[in-house]
Amino acid sequence: MSPSGKMPTAPVMAARTAVILIIFVAVFTGLLAAVYLRTQPTLEATALAEKTKLINDVLPSSAYDNNPLQDALQLPAIAAFGLDEPSTVYRARRAGEPAAVVLEAVAPDGYSGKIRLLMAVGSDGKIYGVRVTQHRETPGLGDYIEPKKDKNKERPWITQFNDLSPVDLSEREWHVKKDGGRFDSIAGATVTPRAVVKAIRRAALWVAENREQVFQ
Amino acid sequence: MMTFDELRRIAGNGIWKQNSSLVQILGMCPLLAVTTNLVNGVMLSLATIIVMSLSGAVISALRNFIPHEIRIPVFILIVAALVTMVDLLFNASLHELYLVLGIFIPLIVTNCLVLARVEAFAAKNPPLQSAFDGAFMGVGMLWTLGLLGGMRELIGNGTLFSGIELVVPGLNHWQLLPADYPGFLLAVLPPGAFILLGCMVAWKNWVEARALERRRQTPPPAPAVPAPTLPAAS
Repeated sequence: MSPSGKMPTAPVMAARTAVILIIFVAVFTGLLAAVYLRTQPTLEATALAEKTKLINDVLPSSAYDNNPLQDALQLPAIAAFGLDEPSTVYRARRAGEPAAVVLEAVAPDGYSGKIRLLMAVGSDGKIYGVRVTQHRETPGLGDYIEPKKDKNKERPWITQFNDLSPVDLSEREWHVKKDGGRFDSIAGATVTPRAVVKAIRRAALWVAENREQVFQ
Repeated sequence: MMTFDELRRIAGNGIWKQNSSLVQILGMCPLLAVTTNLVNGVMLSLATIIVMSLSGAVISALRNFIPHEIRIPVFILIVAALVTMVDLLFNASLHELYLVLGIFIPLIVTNCLVLARVEAFAAKNPPLQSAFDGAFMGVGMLWTLGLLGGMRELIGNGTLFSGIELVVPGLNHWQLLPADYPGFLLAVLPPGAFILLGCMVAWKNWVEARALERRRQTPPPAPAVPAPTLPAAS
């Protein structure tokens, strides 16, 4: 064990293992830090590009001509968005005029927890598009709210909201068909779409009612 | 260096004899969560192959510097640091692939299989062998999880290869059962994974028991008998 061949005493042994452990921690923390610092700029750039891509999923790039990521509005936690943290709203403008807002909303009552949504609401209250960004719904059953998993590729479920406005439609109509409304759902998985439908209405109504504040 | 026999033994251990999912029953948490379809199962295994061969090689190279008493914390430190570095580098340099494989990499940290192989193999063997051991443990996982994911997907949704369009754009999943197949939810949920995995373990044990039985009934040409080149017995 020890170079001299004798068993070292307990304190010496403890000190030695402690020093070796510290060296390992220092070396690997250093390596980790180096890799992190080297990759950080690339990662930030791709995260930004992804955000833009995500925005263009819900809002056609022909609808605006500014950079919504730089025209962000910080709002306190808004109950209608289902968020309990302050939210950021991105404003899309066309020739300086308000065109739409892109915001994040949460449906708190999904089948297994929260469903996060990204949606674009026009300045006239009409919905441009909605995407589910995060959910834990049952794979193969409730996950058709995500266009990638939706078997209907032509007209995915989530596109039903496009061009609709909860201001024009009655509250009764803004439900899944099973509840007497106008939106489709797949039999056996109604909890999921019900939650999404409700969350979209709440958030879009809030935007319509607070148009002045959002666009200032 | 490594002999061919050694490689064969390591491969056989990883793929069949010590199969991580069927024999060691390790890494159940990501296994249950991920194998809802074939593509996910295969992707998790590919990420595991990368991480396990790397951690096997690194820990084996450092094994003589790691005191026995603190080996477990050091192993955890090294595996966690490696996984995080792979995750960052992968994300930065191969972003397209990362989008497909990336979500599985953090899952591997929760996989005790990595630590188990490092402790059982890499701590006692040279780097090349340890890297191969890690890789073949992953290969064993690959066919097991592929099969398990495929069965769950087929029984649960009536499809195969769903999600393949994320890996190879342009390809589409196969609808094997009629499109109006109502699905079988149990297969998709974690209990279904347990039940099917149990069936696979039973199947493996059955295959081995049968092979053993056959060997017992027809004793192999006893190795004690001298080679037939000798013109003796007859």
